[in-house]
Parts: sequence; structure tokens; C-alpha cells
Amino acid sequence: MSELAWQGYLRQDGRKGIRNLLLVIYTVQCAEFVAHEVARGESDAHVIGFPGCYDNAYAIRLMLALARHPNVGGVLAIGLGCEYTQPARIAEVVRHAGRPAEAFFIQDKGGTSSSIAHGKSLLASLRKSIAEVPRVPMDWSDLVVGCECGGSDGTSGLAGNPVVGRFYDHLVDRGGTAIFEETVEMIGLREILARRGKTPEVQNRLLETYDKAERYCHSVRQYSISPGNFAGGLTTIEEKSMGALSKSGSRAIEGVIRVAERPSAPGLWLLDSVPDSSFMQYGYTNPNDTEGIMDLISAGAHIVLFVTGRGSVIGSPIAPLIKITGNSGTFRRMQQDIDFNAGCVLDGSKTLDEATKALAEIVRDVADGAHTKPEALGHREYFIMYKHQDTPSLSEGCRA
Amino acid sequence: MKECFRIDMADNVATLLQDAGAEAVLLRGLVSVREIRLTQPIKTGHKVALCALESGAAIVKYGVTIGEATQHIAEGEWVHLHNCRSRYDAQSSNLNIETGSREETPYV
Repeated sequence: MSELAWQGYLRQDGRKGIRNLLLVIYTVQCAEFVAHEVARGESDAHVIGFPGCYDNAYAIRLMLALARHPNVGGVLAIGLGCEYTQPARIAEVVRHAGRPAEAFFIQDKGGTSSSIAHGKSLLASLRKSIAEVPRVPMDWSDLVVGCECGGSDGTSGLAGNPVVGRFYDHLVDRGGTAIFEETVEMIGLREILARRGKTPEVQNRLLETYDKAERYCHSVRQYSISPGNFAGGLTTIEEKSMGALSKSGSRAIEGVIRVAERPSAPGLWLLDSVPDSSFMQYGYTNPNDTEGIMDLISAGAHIVLFVTGRGSVIGSPIAPLIKITGNSGTFRRMQQDIDFNAGCVLDGSKTLDEATKALAEIVRDVADGAHTKPEALGHREYFIMYKHQDTPSLSEGCRA
Repeated sequence: MKECFRIDMADNVATLLQDAGAEAVLLRGLVSVREIRLTQPIKTGHKVALCALESGAAIVKYGVTIGEATQHIAEGEWVHLHNCRSRYDAQSSNLNIETGSREETPYV
């Protein structure tokens, strides 16, 4: 794997980013239109938001983690004025982390047109204030990478995910941080997962995490498998799970984090996004691919690797999405959207190590500023839902 | 010749690497190569039985049980929703065999 360093953006909390973006956050569905209009035509401005009007600590934590992501230079939070979630408090947390942030309520600015004009002028001043962010060298040991699969088929577990797994081994061996999730796609693999824990304590935590995921899927009568998976040759959740787990490579798992928590050390980490028990019932978990990608970015992933056998056209805000398929037919059909064809290991034109090296070159180039295909196409899908997880409150020491 | 791939030596199914008809295909694995005759067309990414399997037998892929046979399966037969079910997900054997969609969901 290439050892070449690249230039990152140094944040006041000591973290380094690979992009210097402006993030527009809306705090209720009623402010969604204005937020997107403010960001329209501003290529460095990405949008996220929470549709709910009611209070939800999980969603707020997630937005605060995304607002202080190392790829984000400055934040503009926009609310309607009636909702529980407070844009001014989001801006305050971001400023406290040493980055510029602004906030306003649409109701205070007179309506749609005047709010858009006000938002655009705030973006312009935020852009000026992040232009001088110091550049610093970055290498593999500074990099946090997430991975996810979606639209899996029979090739995902044979080629796409194993190439990501081998890349994860290389990244971890070079001092980097690798995060995988989708505990609802480890069904049937309880002991196989637990054995990967670095210590007996981690192994116990993995067992608890697995049991929670299996219990949750059973209780809502929905496992993480869809018609496209079946049509692509996957017959059961157990089969899909073995393929999905191969993304994690072979190194020991350092520990388990929840959404909006950051790994406390480099190495391989499991992200648990399944709801914890609550007086509210939150329905299906992991309802779509974008939800999981947002969770990985909230843990600090600079880049997310997305393996899709069937083919997917999504992208992501904040952290670039690199799309990979193990299905050469899918790659030929959807090359405009997919960055890397791992199907080369199935037709014998590349070994697993050669494919891994080629993927590592792409990751390095993207870290150095090259646009991924979803990034260049303007894909910025996001999804934030009501949920509950037993994570400590900000005052008790949120590391996000 | 079309190919299918066996991941683990303990596996009793292999994954098709190309769409194949009812024809002999090359079975590849990490250590061995032999031919196997498909009894019906099987698409890329789908599984073929490498030996006869009785109803209730464990279907093994990646060296782990990924489900169980719901009827007798002959060598060379397609292994999928119609003859294999999850040991966890009760809905897996109640889906359209081609599209994987749920038949009983009303669209009216």
C-alpha cells in the first residue's frame, strides 16, 4: 500500500479533515426547503437535517457529531422557530469546538425568500472564515474509514466485501482506524463474531451486541435482507451475514461504539446502531443504506466504502462515498456511479492483493481531494431518524 | 466453460460466477477443480447443490450453516427460497422465487 502522505485540514480539536466543507443543518422538516435553497449552487455546502418536530436526544447527538466532523469547516443551522431542536444551541456547540457557526429561525427573517438570502450571506462569511484553515500532512494513521454494504448479491461475499476486508487489514496494520457496522447482518454468527474480540471484555461486549441485534430483528419480524438480495442469489440472512462480516477483514476488534461515539484508539471497531430499550418503540432498525452511512460518518469516518453487488446510485454528505461492486456485469451497467470493480478477483484478472492495492490507491487519491463518482455527480443523501441509544449525554463526556 | 466457486471445503453449495444453463460447469475452489452438471439454469450469484441433500439437511457455505433444506435437493439443483429456509427469519421461505418480494402484501 502506498505510504505517500497528503495534505489535510487541521481542526482546533487536533483532528485532521480531508475536506473543508460548510454544513447546513435544518432542525425540522418545515425548514428543509429553505436549507436546500441556501445550499443550492454552493458546491462546498452540504445539507443534513432532522425531520421531527419533537425532542430526540439521539438525533441531536448525531447532528452534533456530524457538525463537528473533521471534514466540516463551518456550520449554518436553520430552524423554523416552533420545533424542539434548537439551531442556536447547535451553533454554540460548534463554536465551542473552535469552528465558526451561525444559526437563525425562518420565522424571525420574514419568510422563504428573505431567509434564503440571509442564509446565503451567512454562508459567504463562513466560507471566508474557513479559507485560512491550516494545512497539515496526513497519512494512513490519521485516517478513519467506514464500510457498509447495500444491494448485496452473491458476489458481495465473494469479491466486494473480501477486498474491503483485506484493505481494512492493511489500514489497521498501518495505524489507521477502520469501522464496520450492520450488527443486524451478523445473524447466525454469534460465536464467529465474539471470537474476533481483542480481550475477554470485548468478546463479552460483542456477545451482548449480537444478542441485542438478534432480539431486535426477531421482535420487529424484519431481518436485514431485501428482495434485491434474494434476486441476487442470497437465500437467507445467515448467508448474507457471512458475506457482510467479511468486510471487517481479519484483525482483532478493539471494541464496540454506538452512534455518534468515536473510537478511543486506532484499530478495528464495531459500530452498534440498533436501538436500546426505551419507553418509545422505534420500529424497524437500519431502515436503509443511507442511515448506516450517516452512523459511520458520525463516528468520524473521513471516507466510507460502500459495496453494492446489485448496484446503487447513492452518495453521502460530509464524507465521500467510494462505491465498489464485486459484480462485473453491474460495473459495466453502472460504471457512471461505481468507482471500483472488485469483480476482477472472480474472473482471475487480479489477485485479492492486487485488487486491494488498487482500492488503496483510490482511497489515497480521494483523501488527497479527488472526487468519488457519487461526489462528482452531486449525490448527498442523508437520513436521520428518531431513535434511542444508551449513550452518555454531552455533559457526561461526549467524545464526538 | 462457465464456472462456480466453492469458498470452504466443508461447503455443500457453490456460487455461480456467470449465468449458466442446464450444462456442465467448472467447480473452482481454493484447492480443487472438477466439473458439475447443473440440472437447470442458474444465474450469477446463485447457488448449486454439490451433492444430494435430504430435507432438513444443513446448507453449508463459507463453512457455516446458512439455512436448511425444506425438501430433497438433487446434486446440480438450484438452492434458493423454494427449497432452503433460514433458521432465524421465518419469512424467508414465503417469497417470490424470482424477485424475492413478499407475495401477500396487498397493493390495493
